[in-house]
Amino acid sequence: MACECGNKKESLDKYLAPLREVLKNYEKEEKYLIPILQEAQDEYGYLPEEVLKEIASYLDLSLSQVYGVVTFYTQFHLEPRGKNIIRVCMGTACHVRGGADVLAAVKDALGIENGETTKDLKFTLETVACIGACGLAPVIMINDDTHGRLTPEKIPGILASYK
Amino acid sequence: MSKISLTIDDQIVQVEEGTTILEAAREVGIEIPTLCYHPDLSLHGACRVCVVEDLEKNILVASCVTPAVDGMRISTRSARARRARRRNVILLLANHPNDCLGCDRNGTCELQKIAYSLGIRREDVDLLAGERRNLPLDDIGPALKRDPNKCILCGRCVRLCEEIQGVSALQFSNRGFDSIVSTAFGLPQSEINCANCGQCATICPVGAITEVSEINKVWDALEDDSKHVVVQTAPAIQATIGEEFGLEPGTVVTGKLVAALRKLGFDRVFSTEFTADLTIMEEGHEFLERLQENKNLPQITSCCPGWVKYAEHNYPDLLDHVSSAKSPQQMFSALAKTYYAEKEGLDPEKIFTVSIMPCTAKKFEKEREELRDSGYKDTDAVLTTRELARMIKEVGLDFVNLEDEEYDELMGKSTGAATIFGTTGGVAEAAVRTVKEKLTGEPLERLNLGFRGVNETKVEIGDRVVNIAIANGLKNAAKLLDEVRAGKSKYDFIEIMACPHGCVGGGGQPLPMSKEKKDKRAQGLANIDKNKYIRKSHENPMIIKLYEDYLGEPLSEKSHKLLHTSYKKRAKN
Repeated sequence: MACECGNKKESLDKYLAPLREVLKNYEKEEKYLIPILQEAQDEYGYLPEEVLKEIASYLDLSLSQVYGVVTFYTQFHLEPRGKNIIRVCMGTACHVRGGADVLAAVKDALGIENGETTKDLKFTLETVACIGACGLAPVIMINDDTHGRLTPEKIPGILASYK
Repeated sequence: MSKISLTIDDQIVQVEEGTTILEAAREVGIEIPTLCYHPDLSLHGACRVCVVEDLEKNILVASCVTPAVDGMRISTRSARARRARRRNVILLLANHPNDCLGCDRNGTCELQKIAYSLGIRREDVDLLAGERRNLPLDDIGPALKRDPNKCILCGRCVRLCEEIQGVSALQFSNRGFDSIVSTAFGLPQSEINCANCGQCATICPVGAITEVSEINKVWDALEDDSKHVVVQTAPAIQATIGEEFGLEPGTVVTGKLVAALRKLGFDRVFSTEFTADLTIMEEGHEFLERLQENKNLPQITSCCPGWVKYAEHNYPDLLDHVSSAKSPQQMFSALAKTYYAEKEGLDPEKIFTVSIMPCTAKKFEKEREELRDSGYKDTDAVLTTRELARMIKEVGLDFVNLEDEEYDELMGKSTGAATIFGTTGGVAEAAVRTVKEKLTGEPLERLNLGFRGVNETKVEIGDRVVNIAIANGLKNAAKLLDEVRAGKSKYDFIEIMACPHGCVGGGGQPLPMSKEKKDKRAQGLANIDKNKYIRKSHENPMIIKLYEDYLGEPLSEKSHKLLHTSYKKRAKN
């Protein structure tokens, strides 16, 4: 869902309607900021500026206070996320078995850096400390699928299956 | 509350329960260095510079956040405490730009001072040097600039903006090594709900937040022979700039200030107090009209540009209550390029107007598109008290020993009413002096509003009781404004100043600041008022002349064009 802010108030109202439904379930208290952010992110896929402004007004917080919380937690995202989330493991076992090369291959194939999303919104790339599948190192996860014992050569084929 | 007893550095100290170790130590004159601690703010315990050793528990504790406990034995100077404190300061420096010479806070930096007193040398810091931040500056101004690389994350600005101003323009964002103090989305300070009050700059212990300097612009104008450079000095400056030259806070140095400005090369040295008197005439008559029509009351003052911008963002529904009178700075500049130009036969295009202000918000104000009623940009440059002091030091003037000089005549005369504009309660008092006398012919007794954050009083004017309130610090102002918004305000006149204590505590004033210093500065202004021959704005002969020769009368068409303005609604976020 693209942000239509800057257009008419009507389209902004329409855009914010799902958020306002979420807000109905919460009292106007600062302590509900994090659950509201979580629900809003579920709704929009990420946390657009207009959504944060609406949440700030609702809770009578300043935008910078809301922004501070959002940027503190890695679970919150200010940019749109891809349809598929790739998590490349950088844990110790993956590290010694070539995790860095696997990461480089994913970056090459998608043309994005760690933390970025492809322009077509198909993939988001993240690194994680360990996904607990050390026996399969080096390993990546795409959404809920685990791909192990990887070599850089296998990456393009795996990614193709998600396009 | 019960008393407890503890030992600090072998001295027995008795304090109220709930006192922190730091406060207890200070009570008996033991100085523990601090950075994130500030007496006006909530406790944070982030910098760990104030560590002391608890000899009973054999641990190091941050004295600013640790309550004193009965029977405690504390050492502030054990080898362990000293080593830890030193290490903590070195770690702050290890990630701090090695740029003291190029920093605005060189000489007033608290980190520099502590590092010096702990005998920390470059080699000590280099041993621990690690990754450094290289973050972009927010220096587009027009009022404040932020350098996150210098920031030590003490959070004093964050707490001040929230706890005293109620604005929360600044907040910690990101995490760990990436933590910075930032606006929402890292937007420039000029584009957000920020009053530009500059209190953050006064509380920052280092040079991470400072005013945008206009010194070079002013030097250029002074050196340009085709320019006629006119300077105005705000009321508060005369009681504060002396501190920059080693004088006691509150020392009045009006004559030396005038002399210094002439020596720097300004063509005319005038006083913003002249237009403070004029503000009273315009705002006072506006108030008279509103009282008679019982409309848009309470009237709220408009001389503080920090408050005005705050109102535009946070109380746009109350803008009709704000007086339409421009601030004295802007009245002055508009007249300098019209009235003064005409009187002197000067081409207004050649006039360059500089104001010396206690304030950073005035730098923003001068950039407002609507403040060009002279046909030109009314105010060309704004220097803070600190910037002017820097210019005076640069040319090596012996400020303290300068012979006193007088302001130039045409726009330099002022009354005691104008002087007290520089402190909280002053504008209200000045306005009521004139309004009461105009209406009833009776002079006003003193209002005695004091220097508190919020205060109120009432004055009988004829058969009407006029309720007056003042607030300084924007969080205090919000309390009064919420009542107005709810239709429950009993006041007729409200004076608001964005900075605690008013302009004597302004964002452009000498550093470091404290409540005691601000009290002394305000007292300095009160003394000038007391001793002035003329104390009521409407009796200022040069104001009378201005109306006779040029404006006609208060609220005339010409006054409206040059001396009044309008406000715009701005987004809250």
